[in-house]
Amino acid sequence: MATLLDVRDLKTTFLTSSGVVRAVDGVSWDIEEGETVALVGESGCGKSVSALSVMRLVDEPAGRIESGEIVYKGRDLLKLSEEQMRHVRGREIGMIFQEPMTSLNPVLSIGRQLTEGLEIHMGMKPPEARSRAVEMLAMVGIPDPERRLGQYPHHFSGGMRQRMMIAMALACNPSLILADEPTTALDVTIQAQILELMRDLARRLGVAMLIITHNLGVVARYADRVNVMYAGRIIEQASATELYANPRHPYTLGLLRSVPRLDEPRRARLDPIEGQPPDLTRLPEGCAFAPRCAYRVERCGEVPSLVALGAGHRSACWEAERLVKELAA
Amino acid sequence: MSQALLEVQDLVKHFPVGGGLLKGAAGVVRAVEGVTFSIQRGETLGLVGESGCGKTTTGRCVLQLEQPTSGRIVFEGAELTGLSQDKLRTVRRHMQVIFQDPYSSLNPRMTVGDILAEPIKVHRIVSDPAKRQARVRELLEQVGLHAQHARRYPHQLSGGQRQRVGVARALAMQPSLIVCDEPVSALDVSIQAQIINLLEELQARFGLTYLFIAHDLSVVRHISDRVAVMYLGRIVELADRQSLYDEALHPYTRALLSAVPIPDPKLEARRERTVLRGEVPSPLNPPSGCVFHPRCPIAVDRCSAEIPALREIKPGHWAACHLA
Repeated sequence: MATLLDVRDLKTTFLTSSGVVRAVDGVSWDIEEGETVALVGESGCGKSVSALSVMRLVDEPAGRIESGEIVYKGRDLLKLSEEQMRHVRGREIGMIFQEPMTSLNPVLSIGRQLTEGLEIHMGMKPPEARSRAVEMLAMVGIPDPERRLGQYPHHFSGGMRQRMMIAMALACNPSLILADEPTTALDVTIQAQILELMRDLARRLGVAMLIITHNLGVVARYADRVNVMYAGRIIEQASATELYANPRHPYTLGLLRSVPRLDEPRRARLDPIEGQPPDLTRLPEGCAFAPRCAYRVERCGEVPSLVALGAGHRSACWEAERLVKELAA
Repeated sequence: MSQALLEVQDLVKHFPVGGGLLKGAAGVVRAVEGVTFSIQRGETLGLVGESGCGKTTTGRCVLQLEQPTSGRIVFEGAELTGLSQDKLRTVRRHMQVIFQDPYSSLNPRMTVGDILAEPIKVHRIVSDPAKRQARVRELLEQVGLHAQHARRYPHQLSGGQRQRVGVARALAMQPSLIVCDEPVSALDVSIQAQIINLLEELQARFGLTYLFIAHDLSVVRHISDRVAVMYLGRIVELADRQSLYDEALHPYTRALLSAVPIPDPKLEARRERTVLRGEVPSPLNPPSGCVFHPRCPIAVDRCSAEIPALREIKPGHWAACHLA
């Protein structure tokens, strides 16, 4: 499979009242055609800013992509004009956000929101765009699509709005969808509907997908490969099966151990990660996870780089070898 | 059942929705529609369900933050519905609440110390200021914070620390019952486990009783002794933790359990999911018969005609399903 998107050493900063925040601090990851990749981590780890950077939607002037390359189908998106970038956003890369109500236009009908993009980016005439819109709504499981075209987002439930977002993201036959916490705001049974729908459509249409989430269960079910982020950096990278079976970073291990699981006997006590999430304005020197880490050694005062530990498995931890030995024992 | 700390019988809460000024009510949201359960002293009852199922309204009725439309709530042997405001205030001290979002439930202009000292002062639990400060320090220590946190403001704390303050504020009144309404769902994964462990330690230490309201089935399984599953204002299943999770009898409970993805890719690859059709109907106009029948994978004719009663199918295991 060919590489579709290759993000190299991306750095994005924000200027805040308490100083410069390095929200994304030199991350590299890629997606192959048709593949589903996850960016996983807790709030403030830089996963959403990574996706916004790919779309060049970082809020300026406070936010700034400092350096790096975002190579999509061989072209560096950071070098495109705003005009060319608009075409990429509309046509090549679709995006699905957590809260569909805030990303849909409340005063435009459902039909218009779908046909606008089709007319602009695909050069369709209104009748053609309309029939494509009906087709898209039916494809994402919205009943009675003809009638729905004339309705507005507030007529839709949360689950239906998210289906609408998926229809919009897929309307112009993109090669890649960026989905930022696509089901976090939804109820459990609706989450399952939406995620199964996204997976089925991605497979059927051969679309690659980036799923951004904090939910380790969602990653396990839907992602082929995983990037775990902490304080703006990727700290572990592996295929999903490999990451869950053999975590090689204390943070990943901590996350996996801290959640109660329905498939295992109930534990008397949970094993939390101690301490507080990092304050991005006051990060420690070296590894940002060190203050909370049970494997901390003196060397953690230096930033560990992401190094390969096996086929496609990388970890940014000085003590990765010791972790592996201890887990094996 | 005479030892139950809390008994809720046939609780109903309807909210009229306005048709506009002078037009009267246009309809009624049937938020809670005949809910019955009890909680023993020292026990944790989990109340799970999706948004709009009535779990939060049930909790608010127990706390008397909402006036029930009908039904009985008996707490520490006293029927709350008939109590005078004065008596109610005394009883209420023994029931406290922890909210989902500690940020919006803590006064941003007060220091943590003042937030904790105020209820102790208002309810005249400790009247001597120096002793009150000592009590505040003791509370902070009990929830894993330090004395110096007393001088901080809520915005200077992390989400997990703020929720610890929320827990300390509930503890300040030395309650017997704490209603925990989604206490960890706004927190990061790594912090959720800290707060859950804290709640369990405090329960063991002070003999607390919890009504634990949440939508996360894995968390509810971990913390609860018994679990009630709600759907559209009704309890559809109620059982001890193990029976509910191992031998769910109601098709809605089974679908909920199947919808939770498990953090293990190999397991997920083999796992078939029961994905429910459709969405939760409006509590303004709930379906006839069993409210779950339009989405139920095993519904028969009877289900749309007749409301199933919550029956004890096995000892201690109740389900409201004609086919259970």
